[in-house]
Amino acid sequence: MSPTISETISTKIWDEVAEPDNPFAAASCRCSGFDVYGDLLNNASYIDYLYLIFKLDPPNKKQSKILEGLAIALANLGPRDHAVRAAMNAGVGGSTHASALIVAISVGAGNLGGAREVFYGVQYWQACGTGIEKWRDLIANPPQQARLDVWLPMEHTPGFDPNGVNCPKPVIQTLEYLADIDTADHLKWLRDNRTILESKAGYPLAFSGLASAAFYELELQPEQAEMLFMLMRLPGAAAHALEQEKSGWRKYPFFSKGFKVTE
Amino acid sequence: MSHHSKLEKFEDNWQTSMGGLQPDGNVLLRGKNIFTDLNEDRWMEFLLFAVTGRKDSNLARLIEAIWVICTSYPDPRIWNNRVAALAGTSRSTGVLATAGALAVTEAMIYGSRAILGASDFLYRLKARLNENVCLDEVVLCELKEFRNVYGFGRPVLSEDERVKPMMEFASSRGYGQGKYINLVFEIDNFFKQSRYKYRVNIAAVTGGLLADEGIKPREFYDMTTLAFTGGYMPCYADALSKPEGALFPLRSDRIRFTGAVKQRKWNEFFGMG
Repeated sequence: MSPTISETISTKIWDEVAEPDNPFAAASCRCSGFDVYGDLLNNASYIDYLYLIFKLDPPNKKQSKILEGLAIALANLGPRDHAVRAAMNAGVGGSTHASALIVAISVGAGNLGGAREVFYGVQYWQACGTGIEKWRDLIANPPQQARLDVWLPMEHTPGFDPNGVNCPKPVIQTLEYLADIDTADHLKWLRDNRTILESKAGYPLAFSGLASAAFYELELQPEQAEMLFMLMRLPGAAAHALEQEKSGWRKYPFFSKGFKVTE
Repeated sequence: MSHHSKLEKFEDNWQTSMGGLQPDGNVLLRGKNIFTDLNEDRWMEFLLFAVTGRKDSNLARLIEAIWVICTSYPDPRIWNNRVAALAGTSRSTGVLATAGALAVTEAMIYGSRAILGASDFLYRLKARLNENVCLDEVVLCELKEFRNVYGFGRPVLSEDERVKPMMEFASSRGYGQGKYINLVFEIDNFFKQSRYKYRVNIAAVTGGLLADEGIKPREFYDMTTLAFTGGYMPCYADALSKPEGALFPLRSDRIRFTGAVKQRKWNEFFGMG
């Protein structure tokens, strides 16, 4: 390092050794001690590496299976999902592909079915765990914002769909799959107590609530869960945006007759 | 739980008084025709009307000055600007540079969150003062509960060089004597005489100036959402004008690994080595 330069980036995640002939290129990269290109590439799965990047230790088999199951469940929530819809709007107008992912994240970040909801959902799990009385109290007396924030206050219990009627089958199927994984205790508890929680919340469990439980099961912090929930839904957003780009705006709803300006 | 989704009544049914394209080809915004009623507006007057419904050219000029004086240093070291410059150096597009930098501007230690927070604090402070709680107590309670007071204190530099020019502009236009802006400087005096090192920053000053004009915190936030773009674009353009990758390149040895385990093998971790 040049003697005049003292500012560095401190990280527990990443370590590098430079190429002998180029200090700006890495010859070896380690993620939490593991050689990424000399070891992980041969021996780890993508899901294991994803877990490692966030948690700094490899997952055990249960954790790996939960994260993989969740990744499949969330990878494409379909064209009605708000984040995917946002991405398709980039597609039909011929916007940059980057913009499709940016808007999928922007829209998929929010309080309704989005990553901020998962952030709060994991906080609820941290506060309540498997104590049904604690859930009952927290749902009845949700935390209030002490001062204004860019995030708007929650308008419903995090993890439950205020526009839902009954818990949709894909949510139940995913919950049952994850709860069957050995020692997934919190997910088992959610499966067994889902209807009680739903009756307290007044709404059915949503994917955001299921994901919150899974992230809590993986001992991820709320902000880590928030990030992963955005990231894991991007494949569907990307693919649907590309599909609509090819298809074009003429074949995409404009809601021509559904819009009315009132004076 | 109901047996029908609440969404059914909204299906293909969005009714709004905000405006939009009319069947006759006119475009309305809050009941005004953009082509005939708003066509002479300055952009900031238009934006003020869009956000608040208010038509006030003097206030729009004050907000425009806030944008110019307070928000857009062309300095790529500032984190949001650096995003734009990184987009330039990595040869991304100008809009993506701006979109990324804009999102980053919703920060806690500067930008949109500080703006919203400072305005919110001033309104809450005023409400408490109206209940005869003294200013010192409200400020100390805020510090105790949140460990900061939005609008006071600043990263990197302690004194905010924007305060003086902004107040000079405001005074030149007849602003800067209201109860909220006076409160801002009362708080600053309180901090000056206290053990705390916080000094007033521009978020409190602009929040105070606009609160005196009845601008609420979320309106202030909306009115400044795009304010910082004047800083992104020169940083992006500057980086584009230089060689690819030239913006503050980092050597490998500027990454300082602080993790617990420097080297380990995957299969050995699982006992398979």
